[in-house]
Amino acid sequence: MIHRVLLLFGCLLAVAPAEVPMVRIEGGSYARPLEKSGQTRQVATFSLDVRQVTNAEYLAFVTEHPEWRRSRVNRLFADESYLRHWTGDSELGPLAAPEAPVTNVSWFAARAFLKVQGKRLPTLDEWEFVARADERQIDATGDPEFRKHILAWYSKPAPEVLPAADTMPANLYGVRGLHGLVWEWTSNFVASMSGGESRSDGSPDGPLFCGGAATDPNKAVEYADFMRVALRSSLQGTFCLGGLGFRGAKDAPAPIEPKP
Amino acid sequence: MKPIVIALGLLGALIPCYAESEIRLNETIKLPPEIRGEEIAVLTDPPSVPPPITRRYSTKVVVKLEVIEKVMRMSDGVDYTFWTFGGCVPGKFIRVRQGDFVEFHLMNHPTSKMPHNIDLHAVTGQGGGAAASFTAPGHSSTFSFRVLNPGLYIYHCAVAPVGMHVANGMYGLIYVEPEEGLPKVDREFYVVQGDFYTKGRNGEQGLQPFDMEKAIDEKPDYVVFNGSVGAMVGDKAMTAKKGETVRVFFGNGGPNLSSSFHVIGEIFDKVYVEGGTKMINQNVQTTMVPAGGSAILEFKCEVPGTLILVDHALTRAFNKGAIGMIKVAGDSEPSTYSGKIDDMVYLPEGGTPQTMPQEGKPLAAATNKTERMDRGKNVFAANCLACHQAEGQGIPAAFPPLAKSDFLNADVDRAIGAVVHGLTGEITVNGNKFNSVMPALALNDEDTANVLTFVLNSWDNKGAEVQPEDVAKVRAEKK
Repeated sequence: MIHRVLLLFGCLLAVAPAEVPMVRIEGGSYARPLEKSGQTRQVATFSLDVRQVTNAEYLAFVTEHPEWRRSRVNRLFADESYLRHWTGDSELGPLAAPEAPVTNVSWFAARAFLKVQGKRLPTLDEWEFVARADERQIDATGDPEFRKHILAWYSKPAPEVLPAADTMPANLYGVRGLHGLVWEWTSNFVASMSGGESRSDGSPDGPLFCGGAATDPNKAVEYADFMRVALRSSLQGTFCLGGLGFRGAKDAPAPIEPKP
Repeated sequence: MKPIVIALGLLGALIPCYAESEIRLNETIKLPPEIRGEEIAVLTDPPSVPPPITRRYSTKVVVKLEVIEKVMRMSDGVDYTFWTFGGCVPGKFIRVRQGDFVEFHLMNHPTSKMPHNIDLHAVTGQGGGAAASFTAPGHSSTFSFRVLNPGLYIYHCAVAPVGMHVANGMYGLIYVEPEEGLPKVDREFYVVQGDFYTKGRNGEQGLQPFDMEKAIDEKPDYVVFNGSVGAMVGDKAMTAKKGETVRVFFGNGGPNLSSSFHVIGEIFDKVYVEGGTKMINQNVQTTMVPAGGSAILEFKCEVPGTLILVDHALTRAFNKGAIGMIKVAGDSEPSTYSGKIDDMVYLPEGGTPQTMPQEGKPLAAATNKTERMDRGKNVFAANCLACHQAEGQGIPAAFPPLAKSDFLNADVDRAIGAVVHGLTGEITVNGNKFNSVMPALALNDEDTANVLTFVLNSWDNKGAEVQPEDVAKVRAEKK
């Protein structure tokens, strides 16, 4: 039995893909509903994983880095829910499909995983910038169908077993599953709490509560943004949620200086 | 670089509680000496209410409320993902006593997609507890408060977008019993109205997602009591007995509509206006309850019958679901209410039998079936067509068909009876149930025979001929 498990294990290690493929995202700017009208945020060119990191990939990671196993993780870096949907330390079990996004991982754990691969978490602005695209447009936020599509997911409970990460539809950039599968960690998720430092209304909790939307009726309809802000605001770095996963990002290579 | 990032993360760990300083519980909160003992709050699903509080001192009450996002029935064949306080809409009823110290635990189920919190209108303090109870999925928060003001208060989730959380069912009632309590009654019920906005129109089958545009436009597809169409009708109706006193703790979760709350067949002996304790109005027909507001209603059930709870903005009641029932059992009380004693033709011109208006002199009696049918056709057009329709097809669920009608053809005398005596109550026609009232028609024997012959020989019916003598016979059998 043990041999079989080990054998299986060896196979898993061998076949686990080394890295999630990435796509290059041309930088640009976008407006967030929680900012004052007319203000935009700049995003530099970067690379982003086309899908979330999967259970199988995360299993390979904890195998190589036993300090991140469920039984051994430091409570300072992940709460009691860490990998709770797995059957064991190195066993996924029926609730964690190998190709489904890994969830119940803390912000610290996600960072540790990506560091090994020379990647990092996307920033909040990077994530939001790419998440504004649908199949045809870079910014589909004004499109009622796009909005409805996102909201439909928010108002459905999560399935017990998540589907495979690469089965989700891709947006214009070829990035899959930003909406409709799981929430995702961003490197500075904390930043959404203040709603943006350049605001002048002087009320840090304003945008999160009733008044926030009312102050700018043009943006009041972006419920999806409000919900993401609310979710991020409820998190702490150690939290592990059943519906929260992550994907990697990378800075774009520095542009080659043209020779004078 | 790395230490900075970690520091940022740790900072993040603290910021969610930005609005208040973190308080470590009980040990550090020194309770005033009048708070004695500790108890776990009894929480109930609607339409039940926890028992009245009989103790005469303040205590520490522990409330544990779990937030669950779950699919439940909105209407027959229509499901909706409700976000609930305790697995029901409205959320669990909380009953405490003025002066109590409440230790509140809000648990957010791990399968939730959303963070949630609770703003209890009974709380004196920042956000009614909203910021203090802001909780990620799979976590729980604890905060405490002293209930200073008695009254009936709404609680609700206040996480952005607040309107959506409330529109998904995140509201309930907390009743802060005054120190002296309320007069004893025989029955207490818990009813909360709410408006719901679904992608499909009212009645469209399947799991319906929330519709943001309709919510913003305040155009609900459903307006219901206790979370679904028919939550308190038929077998699920609330019950009472004749002579009992009833108290309804009524709230309006909204998110948007005000309620014109009315109970058909009763008069509120007392209304604790807006859920307060001071203003008690008496003898009220309809009370206005704002979104995020409440009222306590009391009445005595003097006579048996079924009391119908409605939002008297009536298309909400009859088209969007705002109906509930209290069935009052007992013997009839004719000196208070007789019920229907008799049904007679109303004759504005006096006591002679009413004749339908006819041009010129009365026709002589029909001499053959063809003549009978021709005349019957006109009688049909003047008296029957409005309900039974031009081709006798009727109107589904309202007026039964006459065309190819098994009910009609099965018993001609019964059909005559329907015309001359009227027909009330449930019948089954061609497999469909109908339950309405056909008034007795003031047609003479001749016209009745004509119209029935016409009907029985049209639209694939079996073709009997009715004679005036047949009509006279049935008419004579009356009652």
